[in-house]
This record gives sequence, C-alpha cells and structure tokens, in this order.
Amino acid sequence: MPPTDAIQKSPESIIPLTRPGSELDHLADLYRQMLLIRRLEEEAARAYAQGKIGGFLHLYIGQEAVGVGAIAAIKHEDYVVTTYRDHGIAIAKGMTPRALMAELYGKATGCSGGLGGSMHMFDTKNGMLGGHGIVGGHIPLAAGVAFASKYRADGAVTLCFFGEGAVSIAGFHEGLSLAALWKLPIVFICENNEYSMGTPLERTMNVEDVTLKALGYGIDRNRFFADDVLEVEQRIGTAVARARELSLPTLVEIRTYRFRGHSMSDPAKYRTQDELEKHKKRDPILRARAELTKNGYDEARLDALENGVSAEVSDAVKFAEESPEPDASILEPTTYDGPFAA
Amino acid sequence: MPRVIRFREALREAMIEEMERDDRVFLMGEEVGYYQGAYKVTEGMLEKFGPRRVIDTPIAEGGFAGIGIGAAMVGLRPIIEFMTWNFSAVAFDQILNGAAKIRQISGGQLNCPIVFRGPNASAKQVGSQHSQAMEHFYATVPGLKVVAPAFPADAKGLMKSAIRDNNPVLFMESETLYSIKGDVPEGDIIVPLGKAQIIRPGTDCTIVTYSRMAHVAMEAAMTLEKEGISVEILDLRSLRPLDEDAIVQSVRKTHRCVVVHEGWPYGGVGAEVADRAQRLAFDWLDAPILRVTTFDVPMPYNAKLEELCTPQPERVIGAVRRVVSRGRAARST
Repeated sequence: MPPTDAIQKSPESIIPLTRPGSELDHLADLYRQMLLIRRLEEEAARAYAQGKIGGFLHLYIGQEAVGVGAIAAIKHEDYVVTTYRDHGIAIAKGMTPRALMAELYGKATGCSGGLGGSMHMFDTKNGMLGGHGIVGGHIPLAAGVAFASKYRADGAVTLCFFGEGAVSIAGFHEGLSLAALWKLPIVFICENNEYSMGTPLERTMNVEDVTLKALGYGIDRNRFFADDVLEVEQRIGTAVARARELSLPTLVEIRTYRFRGHSMSDPAKYRTQDELEKHKKRDPILRARAELTKNGYDEARLDALENGVSAEVSDAVKFAEESPEPDASILEPTTYDGPFAA
Repeated sequence: MPRVIRFREALREAMIEEMERDDRVFLMGEEVGYYQGAYKVTEGMLEKFGPRRVIDTPIAEGGFAGIGIGAAMVGLRPIIEFMTWNFSAVAFDQILNGAAKIRQISGGQLNCPIVFRGPNASAKQVGSQHSQAMEHFYATVPGLKVVAPAFPADAKGLMKSAIRDNNPVLFMESETLYSIKGDVPEGDIIVPLGKAQIIRPGTDCTIVTYSRMAHVAMEAAMTLEKEGISVEILDLRSLRPLDEDAIVQSVRKTHRCVVVHEGWPYGGVGAEVADRAQRLAFDWLDAPILRVTTFDVPMPYNAKLEELCTPQPERVIGAVRRVVSRGRAARST
C-alpha cells in the first residue's frame, strides 16, 4: 500500500493563502521549534556515529510538526506522555536543549541525570512525563495522569502520543477503554508514520484507519496529515477544548513519516528511496519556511532565527560534551525515595 | 485499646483511616465498590466514600494498574486491588516497567506512591492459575517493596505504612487468612516496613517464614516442643526490604535455620534468606539451611494432591528434625 493522500480534509482545515502578522510570528515560533528539534537530532546522530551516544536513538526527524503543533495547542500546566521517540516532544514541551543533549550523552546534567537516556526524557517542571520504552505500556499511565486531573479538578489536559505500532497491543485498548468509560481529559495522538519498526501498515493492521477504533469506545476522533504545523495545532486544539471543557477523550490519528530508520541501527531497507524522497518533498519544516517567506516574513528575522537555532544546538552539544559523568552515588537514591529497600 | 477483629476488617480499617486522613488516597479495583469486594475486604467503603474514591473497574488489570501508576506519578496515592495476585500477571509490565522504574528513569524527579494489594498464593482447590505465590517474582525487583503479613494487627499497621510510603508497595494477603481473628489496637498503629518479628522465641532452630506459613510454622513448633525441640519463629512481614539483622541475630542464637514459604523452590524469597544467612552467619551454623516450599509443579486441583504440594506442618517438622539432628551430631563429633 503506497502512502496515500486519500484522507479527506475538512473545509475548515484549508489554510488561507495570506496570514496576518501575529499568526506569522506564531508560525515563526513553531518553525523555530521544529528546526531546533531537527538540528539537535542531526547532531545527536553525528554524536551517535562517533560513539558518544550509546544504546538506542530513535529520531523524530520528519515528524516534528506533530509534536510541535500538538503541544502548541496546550498550556504549560498540561501534561504530555509519549513513547521512546521522545526528543521532539520533550523540546516542544519546554525541555532545554542542554538537558536533552546531556541526557543523550548519559551525563549527570541530563534531564534524568544520565540514568534514562534517549527513551526517557522527563521534565516535570514543564509537565513532560516521559519518554517510555515499552510500546503501548504508557497509554494507561497517561490515562492515569488525566484521571488525577479529573480527581483533583485541576483543569489540566494530558496529551498521550504513540505510534501506529502501539494500537495492536493491550495497553492501547485498556487505556482507551478506561479513559472513555471514565471520561478523562486526555487526547490520544497516534503518530502514524506508516512503519511499525520495519513493518508497513498493511502488514500490521486489517483496517488502515486507526480512528475507527474510537467508534467502539464511543469517543470523538479526528484524522489528518501532519504537513502543516498550524493545522495540527488547530485540530488538536479542538480535541484539547473537548478534554478541558467537557472532560472527554479524543482519538486523533496524524499521518506522518520518519525520514530516518526506526533507530540508528536501522538502514530502512524495507522502503524505497523514491518513497522517501516523495515524503521529503512534504517536509513540514520546509513547508513552514516557505509559508513564512511567501507571506513576507522578514528575511533578516528568519536568518536571525535560524542562526539562533544553530547557536543553541552548538551550545547544547558543548554543554553535553563538557558535563561530568554521573556518580555511582546517584543509583540508590533514584531507585527508592528514602532508605534503600534491599 | 486492643480488640479482636478479623484480618479483612483490619485491612479495611487501615484503608478507611488513611482515606479519612488524606484525600489523595483512593481505592480502585474489580468489584471493590457495589459488590462490596470479592472477599469483602472493602465492604462498606463505597457507601462511606462514594464513587469518586472507591472505583469499580472493568476487568482490565493492565489498564487500571497503569492508571494508578500515572495518578501516583502526579501526586495521588492509589490503592489498587487485584482480585488475586495471580491476575497481576497481565499487569506485570505496568508494575515492572512503570511503578518500579518511574523514579529511576526520571532521575528522581517523580515518585510512585502506590499500593497494590490482594490475596496471594494458594486458597483451596482453585487450580494452578489461581494458586501462585507471586511475591517471589516481585521481591526481586529493585524499586518495589513487598510485604506479606500473617496477623490482623500487622495487616493494619503495615497497610498504613504502605499507603504512606512514597514508593510502590505490593501488599500480599491470603484468602485463607481473611477470616482469622486477632488483637488489633484501635486508631493509628504503624508497623514499619522492613521489620521482622519473633512470634515465638526458641533456642534450637529458627524458622523464617511469613504470611499463612507463619501459622503452619506455629503448628509445627507446638508438636516439636513436645519432642523437646525449641523452635524460634521469625515472621518476616516484609520481604523487601528484608530484615537481614533479625534473620542473622536469630540464626546466631539457634545455629540452625529452616525457611518456610509457599511458592516454588527454584530461587525466590527462601533462597534469598538462605543466601544471606549463610553469608552473614556462616560461623554460627551447625547445619545446612533447609527450605520447605510448594512442590516444583503447577498447583494441582485435586484436594489431596494440593495438600501434598503445599507446605504442611509435617513437612516443616521433618525439616526441623533433620537440621537439629544434623547439628547435634556435628557437635558431638
């Protein structure tokens, strides 16, 4: 099954050809975030090739509009829970590039003190609750975060991201069943990048439309491409409003594409170069930039923005390189709160 | 003031008092509310606290275990009931990769203050899938705490400690203990996690045990007393943290040790106790440490075979006799 454009877009999702200045500034900010994620991960890939980053490294490259657009639709007090492909989500939720890169380097200054690595980005001050390594296991957990919001009536909304590879496992079903039953303020966002590691959609799902499952749970659904970061923001915003105002969950499927392999060890031989090139032409970062220039966003400001991103990435890498390794004294206190229980 | 109540009432009293004390504490599980608890542990709690805090779930252990963990991450203090610990197998990933890891993978930014509780190990003829001693799987996992009380007062005191602990605590009860009675003080009694208790002092052999097997060991000790063998029984109460000092102290006194628990002999809590006792009290031991466990097979349904497979006083008596005679023979040569 080739990637398809067959998904119908609703008329209100059509983006006007010209944008007012304030919206351009907003788009510029989202563009900056996406570019920052892209450049950080490109540097991470380089560092990985040099052996400075170990273990798994699942890159978000190509999917940036999903995390950036969705998180633009929520507040600082809202929560985000995601899978192991979590770098972009963490940055979009406010984690500093330094904390991210240092964690990838396994350094003491990383967000999790070098204990978590690529798959476990946590930044509680910004509501970034991981970074979880077992496919689908975090979906009930995210529902639990939303449960706590409803229990306390704190008004917060939880976004739960996962790949389409997660929708066949029990955690997906149980998490959505309970969130629907208890009307939890959560938005489930399936980032459908067409491959469950190396296995394409048609070999993992009998029904391609993930959101049809929402009908069975009795919750609202939405489905669209991630080409336009503003469209992602707007559509997730609708689901967020439903969660916040009505305490109702939504299942959203966003069709996207990762330009790199599943992880750094994956040469992605299961797809053709043509397919990849076709998707790269739909790169949401290029699209956002084109949109900015077409609408007259100041070139000098754009240059400054891009230079700023480069400087921020260089600073993060330098910080990670120069940071100390964690001391073994961190091990026991991070296993238990209070005395160690042996 | 002490009064005599049942094990299940002691558990309930602890949960009610903690829920009255702290709005962040809530109870969730299958049949805990309207049904009044599959084993009546939670009887009356829905009426007392309402459906916001006493929450019936569908049959989805992985789902509601995960919901509890997520809620605990952001500051609530859930009590999650498994109708039996056997059903926690489908929530194992949530406990192993969620509850036990959240603090570590967040570099200490988050805690997971949650209690998982329910009946564990054998009941009566419920077959292999419903008779398993699950504590052995869980006690091996760093990041978890595991407790298994034998008496109503400990059930109450340990439950209160478990609910107030900032770490995940797995609370192992026993269907066959729910109706036993014991003195339980009213009000705020706390039994700290990680503290064993000598429930019978003796001089010839230490039996290290916990949960229902503490009662089996007591029965064995009474018979052995008539033979002139004085048994000291150490009720672990907590399996992780394990009260190593209490084990070592008792073994140094009696010079012999038998570990009695349900569950299979391959690895497990008994092997852990034996390892620590031989490492830390080697020079005091007069005999090898023996273990009395469930047989190394899935639990049979047949009543006689089930009895055969599960530790009974006779098997405990046999093990104690062996280590005592071995010790005496060794000393006389």
